[in-house]
Amino acid sequence: MTGTRDDAPIMEAQGLTKTYTLSSGLLGKKRTLHAVRGLDLDLRRGDILGIVGESGCGKSTLSRMLLGLEAPTEGVVRIGGQPVEQIGRAALSRKVQPIFQDPFSSLNPRKTIESIISLPLRLHGIGDAASRRREVREMMERVGLPSRVAKGYPSQLSGGQRQRVSIARALITRPEIVICDEPTSALDVSVQSQILNMLQELRDELNLTYIVITHDLAVVEHLATEIAVMYLGRIVERAETERFFGDPQHPYSRALLKSVMTPDTSLGIPELGLGTAFPDPANPPPGCAFHPRCAKRFEGCDRIAPVPVPRAGGGHVECRLFETPEAAGLPDPAMTKER
Amino acid sequence: MTTAGHNATASEREESIARRRSAISRYLGHRSLVIGGVGLALLILIAVFAPLLTWHDPYMQDLTSRRIPPIWHGWFYDNPKAGWLHPLGTDPLGRDYFTRLVYGARISLFVGFSVVALSCVIGTTLGVLAGYFGGRIDAVISFIVTTRLSMPVVLVALAVVSIFDGSLQVVILVLGLLLWDRFAVVMRSVTLQIKSQEFVTAARAVGCSNLRIILTEIMPNVANSLIIVATIEMAVAIIYEASLSFLGLGIQPPLPSWGLMLAEARPEIFFAAWMITLPGIALFLLVLFVNLLGDGVRDITAPEGRA
Repeated sequence: MTGTRDDAPIMEAQGLTKTYTLSSGLLGKKRTLHAVRGLDLDLRRGDILGIVGESGCGKSTLSRMLLGLEAPTEGVVRIGGQPVEQIGRAALSRKVQPIFQDPFSSLNPRKTIESIISLPLRLHGIGDAASRRREVREMMERVGLPSRVAKGYPSQLSGGQRQRVSIARALITRPEIVICDEPTSALDVSVQSQILNMLQELRDELNLTYIVITHDLAVVEHLATEIAVMYLGRIVERAETERFFGDPQHPYSRALLKSVMTPDTSLGIPELGLGTAFPDPANPPPGCAFHPRCAKRFEGCDRIAPVPVPRAGGGHVECRLFETPEAAGLPDPAMTKER
Repeated sequence: MTTAGHNATASEREESIARRRSAISRYLGHRSLVIGGVGLALLILIAVFAPLLTWHDPYMQDLTSRRIPPIWHGWFYDNPKAGWLHPLGTDPLGRDYFTRLVYGARISLFVGFSVVALSCVIGTTLGVLAGYFGGRIDAVISFIVTTRLSMPVVLVALAVVSIFDGSLQVVILVLGLLLWDRFAVVMRSVTLQIKSQEFVTAARAVGCSNLRIILTEIMPNVANSLIIVATIEMAVAIIYEASLSFLGLGIQPPLPSWGLMLAEARPEIFFAAWMITLPGIALFLLVLFVNLLGDGVRDITAPEGRA
């Protein structure tokens, strides 16, 4: 996967920023919510980029901007070198497609499975009725749906089957990039691995590029080729999957890795050292956004924003610990209050 | 893994068949749905086939046979005037009461359906637009709805009807232009709810236009609520028509509106109370059936709509 590194990125985001204005009633003060704050991203053909972060970190806003469903406040998203605003709604929809988290709300309950999957074809006027029918059957087979469900309704399917319908709909127009927003988190554990394996196979068959957005590191550990960790609207660490899991550098990445639950109950619920200070995107902390929860913070973290530091073997980490060699060598923080 | 999958799909299939079967039996087992549906269907049939059900003309006056009591006065009170010629008696102008009631069903139903059709179009359009687009459009439409809600329907209707003179058309137009508020409010909230579902986002992501999303993704999912609101509004419209006619500002004589019949029978209340009770019962039954039907539709669609 790293062999294609030199190619031009298939998708690229520069300085992507999205802010929302929150008004609390007629007389309330207007506040600004910083969902995504100056985010850079590049994606090469065939990559599977896992974007990991907790709820409220801007993952979903990012995916909506990458899909062209929402315009960024600042910055630009390019697909194949072309800004998305210039591509046009219809052409864009044939390049990027989403797969959603909740298979129960992602299918219109009043439409048959066949009509749901064939909608993109009908919309773009691809083929005639017979060829569309063939195409739908073929795609259903590809995603492992029995053809007899074609005339059925979503309420007759299980969660896993619904997610397969959702995937079939996304892939029917052969997009280049698929953005999966928590593709398995609403499914039974037994079905999750089936769906993940299928996504992997489909990527190889159809030459797809994925962005997999999740809060669950276990989902991306085997699927993704690269991991990006998001915190309050920024990517704080990005690295190849193996390097990331072998050597997570950012304190937040380490905490996330510790948070992965194991079946071994004797280990108990992991203590993350993150405290209870949940991040508030409407009021991001000054300096490094992570500093109120950071176990390794030191003098200046609450004033000075970190800059991305390249990681060995590609990617970057955005933490002041790594900005200066002497800072990296500091023992556990003298400035940290007792928890 | 695969065998487990097969078992799962086979049991799912049986489950879906069983679910459908239980749905049908639930429709038939739902008492208010059956009573309301059958009753309303019967009244509609009566209204449609009115000329076949009676041998009298609803407008034909016969001064020699005025105030004939209904047939049961002959049975229980030995009233010699009661007879099968006028089974429900005659009014003070000698017109057959049964005939007038049957033709009155036409007016009530016609007013009910026309008013609902008109207000449904207005209210649904506004509500869906407000819910779907939100923001400034929502603010403007919500303001219009609030303005409408602050107007007393009866007073406005009375004023308009007294200016333009009461007639069937004016009553329908006035009520239709006044009674759309519930459609707008309900459709707005239902649309908001549907809009947040991911299949709408999916439709947008494949490049559907707003119009297409509204027509093919939103509308089929709000149809249930639409039917329920329509039944409520139909009952309301029928009552309003009767009220306006009773006050002499709605349907004008000699048309046999039930409200008008109530008004015409008012002086007779101490001498021939049945002249009041019969149109009253007719009105009561019609509104009851419509409401029962609406309740039934709501009960049946609410839990299943989520699945």
